[in-house]
Amino acid sequence: MLEALKPYKEKLPKKILAELDEKLEKISSQTRQKKIIEAVYEQYNNAKVEAGESVGLVSAESIGEPGTQMTLNTFHFAGVSEMNVTVGLPRIIEILDGRVNPKTPMMEIYLNKPFNKGEDIKKLALAIKETKLVDVTKEFQVNIVESVIEIVLDKEKMKELAITDNTVIKGLTKNLKGFAIKHKGNVIMLKYRGKEEAINEIYKAKEAIKTVFVKGIKGIKQVLPVKRGEEFIIVTAGSNFKDILELEEVDETRTVTNNIDEVGSVLGIEAARQTIINEVNKVIENQGLNVDSRHVMLVADTMCVAGELKGITRYGVVNEKASVLARASFETPIKHIINAALVGEVDYLTSVVENVMLNQPVPVGTGLPGLVTKIK
Amino acid sequence: MTDVYVNGRFTGTVEDGREFVNNARSERRRGNLTDNANLYYNELSDEVFVECGRGRARRPLIVVKDGQSSLTEQQIKQLEKNEIGWNDLVKQGTIEYLDAAEEENTLVAFFDHELTPEHTHLEIMPLTMLGLTTALVPYGNFNQSTRLNAGSKNQKQALGFYAANFSLRMDMDVNLLQYSQKPIVNTIMHEISDYDKHPAGQNIVVAIMSYEGYNMEDAIILNRGSVDRGLGRSTYFRPAIAEELRYAGGLVDEVCVPDKEVKGYKAERDYRFLEEDGIISPESAVAEGDVIIGKTSPPRFLSSLDEYNLAAATRRESSVAMRHGEEGIVDFVLITENEEGNKLIQVRIRDQRIPEIGDKFTSRHGQKGVVGLIVNEEDMPFSSSGIKPDIIFSPHGIPSRMTISHLIELVGGKVGALAGRYINGTTFDAENIDDLRKELVSLGFAENCTETLFNGHTGEMFTARIFVGNMYYMKLKHMVANKIHSRARGPIQLLTRQPTEGRAKEGGLRLGEMEKDTFVAHGASLLLKERFDSDKTIVPVCEECGLIAIHDEFKNKSYCPICGDNVEITNIEMSYAFKLMLDEFKSLGIYTKLQLKYKY
Ligand SMILES: [Zn+2]
Repeated sequence: MLEALKPYKEKLPKKILAELDEKLEKISSQTRQKKIIEAVYEQYNNAKVEAGESVGLVSAESIGEPGTQMTLNTFHFAGVSEMNVTVGLPRIIEILDGRVNPKTPMMEIYLNKPFNKGEDIKKLALAIKETKLVDVTKEFQVNIVESVIEIVLDKEKMKELAITDNTVIKGLTKNLKGFAIKHKGNVIMLKYRGKEEAINEIYKAKEAIKTVFVKGIKGIKQVLPVKRGEEFIIVTAGSNFKDILELEEVDETRTVTNNIDEVGSVLGIEAARQTIINEVNKVIENQGLNVDSRHVMLVADTMCVAGELKGITRYGVVNEKASVLARASFETPIKHIINAALVGEVDYLTSVVENVMLNQPVPVGTGLPGLVTKIK
Repeated sequence: MTDVYVNGRFTGTVEDGREFVNNARSERRRGNLTDNANLYYNELSDEVFVECGRGRARRPLIVVKDGQSSLTEQQIKQLEKNEIGWNDLVKQGTIEYLDAAEEENTLVAFFDHELTPEHTHLEIMPLTMLGLTTALVPYGNFNQSTRLNAGSKNQKQALGFYAANFSLRMDMDVNLLQYSQKPIVNTIMHEISDYDKHPAGQNIVVAIMSYEGYNMEDAIILNRGSVDRGLGRSTYFRPAIAEELRYAGGLVDEVCVPDKEVKGYKAERDYRFLEEDGIISPESAVAEGDVIIGKTSPPRFLSSLDEYNLAAATRRESSVAMRHGEEGIVDFVLITENEEGNKLIQVRIRDQRIPEIGDKFTSRHGQKGVVGLIVNEEDMPFSSSGIKPDIIFSPHGIPSRMTISHLIELVGGKVGALAGRYINGTTFDAENIDDLRKELVSLGFAENCTETLFNGHTGEMFTARIFVGNMYYMKLKHMVANKIHSRARGPIQLLTRQPTEGRAKEGGLRLGEMEKDTFVAHGASLLLKERFDSDKTIVPVCEECGLIAIHDEFKNKSYCPICGDNVEITNIEMSYAFKLMLDEFKSLGIYTKLQLKYKY
């Protein structure tokens, strides 16, 4: 690092320091270097938020106002009709509410070196896709007299998906109790072991075995290999972050999901915070709107500051508010007042809403500084 | 077999649905079946629906047989001679009313010459697809449908000559346009609806140009000369009503000049217009607060305690006075009796309304706008022949709304005014625009209806030629005089001590949640506090128990109802709404303790 930059090591952010270090190398004069650094430092300080600025409210307005211009539709992923993505206002609401299960979970799976060239990508994609028994069968037949269910397998489909008869049988034995499994050609016969009259049981079982998991990764409903720049990636509908990251073909450093809760439990709260920022920015950009990223960062920080994901709802961050009156003024006032009364809560009137209610100066902006003096 | 549903209920089956419907229809035309019934055969589901219930919108069409209109030359001749009428045509099966369902089985031709053997019906006139007011829009077929809707909505709000016996009527809240005219560019509907007996607008000269920015965003410029000559003048009528009610115990209201002893007596000045009978005299100019009908009522409650109280026996003041912000001249006084035999007094107040900035005007094409400026006549642009426009309309209102009919009416109006005739502008059946433009040339004006105008201030010629024409303009009932409102101080609500709501109650203008946020975002904390000061109160608070204490004005001493008077009691400023909330918490059994500390 340059000698002139050393005193600013703690005062400026790393990114600015690195940029200065790189650009100032070309300037030989020490005094000129110093002058430039001083000017940058001044600019940096001027750009800081001043004490007493109501950043939360400004963020809320800055995200809320463009929200009124957003579309309400979901749009279909190019080419695949079953694959659609929630965008616009519904997606923003979904993210900020901190919902555990998003409406349209999606993943972008990046692959390691030999696999991202595009050869065998279809095979890999199909291997990831969750396959159920219905997907590889031609028909289900019930023989009531012998209380047997016959499953006619679709050999072509199985070949396509690289599934052997054994994997099917393995899946069946794992998930089905009370049936003897016999295998003959492309037909699997399930003989009911219980009492003969239990026709109902057989019919129930017939429906149940349709969803028996055969192959792939649970939760991945659709796969779509896409060329992104020089390499091929797999876009999926449905998400299973943990299992995907464990595959050796997958580049775990770049693979992402839009399920924030999943990111939080797999990679931790910092990653979840970044995902919130990325996902909100994606929607805003997609709608052709312009919101400063710092507003979104503040919201993400608020949601993640407790160490776990909390939505901007009355169960989430609003519930965490220190002031009884502020909580009561948001939703369900009587519930909050009574609960506060039961434990003898104290409201210290430290934020905006309470002070507006009491007609006191709100502690932001000009209302923030106080006069300290001795009273005799 | 085809299922038959009568008024939505399954009733039976027929062999062949189509044949059944056709037979029933011809029986209806012959008069053997009520003409209120409509039949609909659904080919896809092979079902017959017969509807004869109420609440169906139906419209008349001419029946077509084998590609020939069933309306004969002979019938037309008879119609012209007034030998037969509409009902005869319906009875003869020439005209029938169809509902929405039966229309599904028809093919309707617009004009006679378009008829083919497939057609089942013929429009009486294309105009019949429009409603009554929409048909009053001239050249409507040149417009977008939304503009036609807007045009017809605006016309419903226009001031006009609403009833010829207006001087005898006691209508609530009515307006009357002075000097109303019938339109130069009219439609057949004007004739049918006797529009010249109740016109609602004036023919004026309109120039389409900008004027110093005062007509941006749909505003219009008025010529003060035209206003002085009577453009858009109207009268506003509002009655004041009082009734001598009878109460239990033989007590009655009394219309009279109230005595000074009466409870709630206003200032003596307020009663100055009343005559001996307690009613105002006609033609007095009254303003806010002046009493129109003097009245006293018996005292409200007589409890046992009040019998010893002399003041309680006095009567109550219940006069009818002019409302806040209103003025006018007493027009008409009516003394009568109502159904119960009580004496009823109605006084009509009239107020002349001369157009002012903020009044709303419109053409018949959904081009409404408010007056942005009234310009002295000498400052208006003028043409070489000395014509000055009455209204200047902004050109920016045209492209986005695409109201071509607005422009055509200007041309038509100009031709009509110059040639001294009425122009037929009936939608789908109007006078040809090209012919109108040729006629305009023969009258000595430019074919495109533009004229060279000169700047009213400097006398310089405008570089651009200005589109000038005549058109029918209407004044709408939304006038600023009825809407203007402001308040610095005024009445408050009893419960919350916050300002009342609404213009009629002289209320405050609400600074809502989102408006509050803007103050917070600017950090204008103390300004925000001042804005919400309207219900602030000083409350004595006991520092010991944190409850609201009592201040005794006689002894000038505060004491706590719980801790007595040997405790520290401090006066605290807070909003009354919060004090009220503390009281409500107390009623819930919640002990809200105020912990006081010095802020500075
Ligand atoms: Zn006390």
